[in-house]
Amino acid sequence: MSAEIVIALAGNPNAGKTTLFNAITGARQHVGNYPGVTVEKKEGLYELEGQRLKIVDLPGTYSLTAYSVEEVVARDFLVKDRPQVVVNIVDAANLERNLYLTCQFCEMNLPLVVALNMVDVAKDRGIAIDAEQLSALLGVPVVPIVARTGTGVEALMREALAMARQGPGPEHPAISYGEDLDSALLSMEAEIAKTPALARLYPGRWLGVKVLEGDQRIVDQVKAAAPDPASRLIEVAETVSRHLDTTMSTTPEAMIADHRYGYIKSILRQGVVSRKFDLDRLYTSDKIDKVLTNRFLGPLIMVGVLLGLYYFTFTYSKAPIAWVGAFFDFLAGQVDRFLADGPLKSLLVSGVIHGVGGVLGFVPLIMLMFFGLAFLEDSGYLARVAFMLDRVFRTFGLHGNSVLAYVLSGGIAGGCAVPGVMATRTLRSHRERMATLLTAPFMNCGAKLPVLAMLIGAFFSEYQTQFMLFSTLLAWAVALLVAKLLRLTILKGDSTPFVMELPPYRFPTFKGLLIHTWEKTWSYIQKAGTVILGVSILLWVMMTYPGLPAGAKAQFAAERQAAVAGVPASVVKAATAPPEEEENQAQVEGTEDPDEHPGLNGAEDQAVADLRAKLDDIDQRQSQTALEHSLAGRTGQALESVSWLPGFDWRVNIALLGGLAAKEVIVSTLGTAYSLGAVNSASSQSLSQTLAEDPHWTPRLALALVVFIMFYAPCVVTVACIVRESGSWRWGLFSVLFNTGFAFALATLVYRLGGMF
Amino acid sequence: MTQIAMRKMKKDQAGTIAAVKVGGELGRRIREMGLVPGTRIVIQGRAPLYDPVAIRVMGGTLTLRNNEADLIEVEIEEGGNAPSQG
Ligand SMILES: Nc1nc2c(ncn2[C@@H]2O[C@H](COP(=O)(O)OP(=O)(O)OP(=O)(O)O)[C@@H](O)[C@H]2O)c(=O)[nH]1
Ligand SMILES: [Mg+2]
Repeated sequence: MSAEIVIALAGNPNAGKTTLFNAITGARQHVGNYPGVTVEKKEGLYELEGQRLKIVDLPGTYSLTAYSVEEVVARDFLVKDRPQVVVNIVDAANLERNLYLTCQFCEMNLPLVVALNMVDVAKDRGIAIDAEQLSALLGVPVVPIVARTGTGVEALMREALAMARQGPGPEHPAISYGEDLDSALLSMEAEIAKTPALARLYPGRWLGVKVLEGDQRIVDQVKAAAPDPASRLIEVAETVSRHLDTTMSTTPEAMIADHRYGYIKSILRQGVVSRKFDLDRLYTSDKIDKVLTNRFLGPLIMVGVLLGLYYFTFTYSKAPIAWVGAFFDFLAGQVDRFLADGPLKSLLVSGVIHGVGGVLGFVPLIMLMFFGLAFLEDSGYLARVAFMLDRVFRTFGLHGNSVLAYVLSGGIAGGCAVPGVMATRTLRSHRERMATLLTAPFMNCGAKLPVLAMLIGAFFSEYQTQFMLFSTLLAWAVALLVAKLLRLTILKGDSTPFVMELPPYRFPTFKGLLIHTWEKTWSYIQKAGTVILGVSILLWVMMTYPGLPAGAKAQFAAERQAAVAGVPASVVKAATAPPEEEENQAQVEGTEDPDEHPGLNGAEDQAVADLRAKLDDIDQRQSQTALEHSLAGRTGQALESVSWLPGFDWRVNIALLGGLAAKEVIVSTLGTAYSLGAVNSASSQSLSQTLAEDPHWTPRLALALVVFIMFYAPCVVTVACIVRESGSWRWGLFSVLFNTGFAFALATLVYRLGGMF
Repeated sequence: MTQIAMRKMKKDQAGTIAAVKVGGELGRRIREMGLVPGTRIVIQGRAPLYDPVAIRVMGGTLTLRNNEADLIEVEIEEGGNAPSQG
C-alpha cells in the first residue's frame, strides 16, 4: 500500500464542492447557497480499496489568476502541493461558465477528473448532458454526480483513485488563442524549454499564458527564477500586446478569455448539451425572482421577511429562555443552600452562575436566529437582499454583502454583533470588510435592548414605540455614516465590483440547516464558557474587594445591635427569618389572609415589619458603602473626572464598565449600584421608577446615556471576534477606543445641548 | 443592428455582447463570468434603486453595477424579445 494520496476538490464558487467534501468524508463543513462560502482550505480523510485518501476542499474560484485571497489559496495549493488528483466540480446546470476553469486546469496539465455535479437540477431544467462525449472532447474522465444525495460519489472516487495510480493521460490539446498569441506562445514555450529553472516551475504553455495575461505574481516568480529569460519572455509579451492594441485595440488578456469561451462553445456544440427548452425559458427560480426582487414588492417583502424572522425568533425563544433561566436560578439556589455565606458562595452565585448563565440564557434565541438565517442563506434569498441593497450601501463605501452583517448584528433590533462580524467573511475587499465589521456593533443587539427599554420606559414612556424606532434608525444612520467616514480616511479605497452570481433558489436540506445552526451555536456556548466566565469573575472581584475596613464593618454591626435592642426576641426571630420559610409556614397553617402572620398579633406584626425595614436599610447602606469602597466603586469615582461632561455619576460608570463584558450587565449593575437589594428580574422595573424619581436623573441625562450605550465599545466577545476576523489586535483596540470616544462626544453633545433648553 | 452600452438596455431586452472595454481586475472579473464578445444576454431586471442590474447569461443569473454595465457594449436584437414563458 502506497502512502496517502492527496485529492483536491476545486471548482467555481457554489458548485457544490463542500457538499461533495462532506459527502465523501462525513465532515460537517459549512455549505451555503451563496457564492464564496468556503474561504480557507479544509482537509478530510477517506479510505477506498485499502488506500488512504486525503481530500482537500478548496475555496471556489472562477479562474486561476491571483487577484483575491481565495484564488491565491486555491492556486498555491494546486501548483505547490501538487495533489495527485484534482477533482474539478462543475455545475451541470451552468456548464459553460464552469468549464472556463476546467480549461485552465487542462492547460496546467493537472491530473484532472471532472465531477459533473447537480445533474438533478439540470434535469429539472430540461438539460441533458452527454458525459461520455464531454469526456472524449476534453480528454479527461467525467463522472455525473449529485453531491447532495451522494449519487455517483463512489464512482467518482474510484475514477480518482485510478487516475492517481495510472497518472494523468496524454497532454490535453492546446487551446488556440489566435494567430498572434499562438506564435508568441510558441516562441515563449521554446524559451522556457531551454531554461530548466523555468521548465521545472510550471508547464511551458501555461506559464506563457500567465505572462501574456500580465499575472504579477507569476511574472515576479519567473524573474526571480531566471532573470534573463524572464526579460525575453516579457519582451515577447509586450510586443504582441502592442501589436494587438494597434491592430485590434484589444489586450492579450481579453483575447485569451474570448478564445477560451470560444473553445468551450465549440465543445458544447458537438452534441454535449441538449436542451428541451430554449435558453431564455424562465425557470421556477426566475419566476420567484420576478416577485421577490420586484422593484416595488421586493423591498416590502424584504422588510416583511426580516420582521418575520425577528418575530419568529423572539416568540419561540421566550419559553426556552425562561427554562434556561430557571435552570440557572435553581443552580444558584442549590449553591445558596449548601454553601455557607462567604466569598466562595458569592463568587459562585454572583460571578459564575449569574455571569455565565446570563449569557447562556440567550442560547435559545441565538439558536433560533441562526436557524432562520441559515434558511435565508441556504434558500438563496440573502443573495437577493445583497442585490437589492447594494446601491444604498455603496453610497456609504460598503457593499451589498454588508447588509447581512448589519442585519445579524441587530439591524432590526435584537441580534448579536458576533455572528454579524463573522458574516463579513463574504466580503472580498479587505477595506469594505473592515468598514463593515467595525460599524456592525453599532446596531442594537439583543443585549442592549433591556437597558434601552428601561431608560426609555423611565423617561419617555408616552413615546416608547417612537423612541424604539428612532433608536433603530439612529443606529443605521450612525453605522452608515461612520462607515463612510472610515472609508474616506483610514480605509480609503475603491469599491469592489458587484459582479456576482445570483444562485437559483434551492430548498434547504434539513440536515444542512441543523449543521449550520449547531456549529454556530456551539461556538457561542464555548465563548460563554471561556471569555464571559473570566470577565464575570473579574467583575465580581472588582465589585467585592477590597471589602469594608474593620472599623466601618463594626459600625454597621453596632447599628444593627442598636436596632434589635429592646425588641422582643420573637419579633427579632420573625424579622430575620428567611422569607421562604415564612411562606411555607403560612401555607402549612393555612390562614385565610396570607398577609397576616400567624401566631402574631397586629402590634407585633407591625413591629416585625418596622424592624425588618430598619435592618434592610442598614444592609443596603452597608453594601452601598462596600461597593463605593471596592475597586470598581473607586474606579467609577475616578472616572467622574471626565464623565461629568455627559453627566454620568460613579454608579453609571460602574455599570458601563460592567457593560464592557456584556451589555446585559449594565442593567443589573446599575440596579446593584442603586442598592435596590437583590438583583432579580423585577429590578429593571423598579430601577426605572427609582431613576425617574431621582432628581439627578433628567430626560437629557437618560438620552445621553442611551446614546452612549448604543455606540460605545463593543462587548468583550465582539472585540475578540473583531480581533480574530481582522487578523490583528489593533482593530480590536481601535474599535474600543474609537467607539468609546465617539459615543462620549455624542453623549456629551446631547447632554450639553439638552441643558440649553 | 444597433450597439449600445448594457446600462442603457431595458428590462427583457436581449442582445449579444460586442465588446468589453475594460482591463485589469474588473475586466477579468467580467470576462471570467462569461461576459465576452459573442455571448447572448437578456436583461432580467433591476434592483429597486435601478442599480445593480440582473442579467441572464448562459442559463444563469449575474448581477452587475451600472458603472460596470457601462463598460459592456451590446449588439441589440431587433423585435420583441420577451422571454418565452414556460
Ligand atoms: N440540487 C442540488 N443542490 C446541490 C448539489 N450539490 C450542492 N448543492 C447545493 O448547492 C449549494 C452550494 O453548495 P456548497 O457545497 O456550499 O458549494 P461550494 O462549491 O462549496 O461553494 P463555495 O464554498 O462558495 O465555493 C448549496 O445550497 C448546496 O445545498 C446537488 O447535487 N444538487
Ligand atoms: Mg464551499
